[in-house]
Amino acid sequence: MDTQGVTADPQLQQFIEVESQKQRFQQLVHQMTDVCWEKCMDKPGPKLDSRTETCFINCVERFIDTSQFILNRLEQTQRGRGSLSETMSD
Amino acid sequence: MDGFGSDFSSGAAGSGKMDPGTIMEQVKVQIAVANAQELLQRMTDKCFKKCVGKPGGSLDNSEQKCIAMCMDRYMDAWNTVSRAYNSRLQRERARI
Repeated sequence: MDTQGVTADPQLQQFIEVESQKQRFQQLVHQMTDVCWEKCMDKPGPKLDSRTETCFINCVERFIDTSQFILNRLEQTQRGRGSLSETMSD
Repeated sequence: MDGFGSDFSSGAAGSGKMDPGTIMEQVKVQIAVANAQELLQRMTDKCFKKCVGKPGGSLDNSEQKCIAMCMDRYMDAWNTVSRAYNSRLQRERARI
């Protein structure tokens, strides 16, 4: 009886990786739809007009830009200031 | 989401329930269910906020119509976001 079989199986390993990545994508779509709804949606109408649709698209782009900006700046701050990188590192 | 653990612990090795194919199918189904639940939860939250004012004794006709439209618009928004995010990811990968 191989109790380690589940995680040692390369087929399952790949499956887990693929599904995990898909889930990370799904989660972000949920999150961005939520946040962008607040920013872009007025009163729900009979269809999504082009102005609102553009807002959602811009919102997604700017959200990702923000995420990258934060990561980059955090990285810079860690490199520059010794004391801050001490408190930030695990 | 605690369904993940309980389902796998009930299977016995060699019973056929633990073969990788079955596990993968079960996991896919549970993931799909979890995503649908998340979508419904957020949709309910947003549409309640947009469509229901001071809560009365029941949902009146205008509130129901608003909620129905809101559901469709939320799905439109979700799809738009999904497409936009996918495009962005592909653009990022093309840069590497």
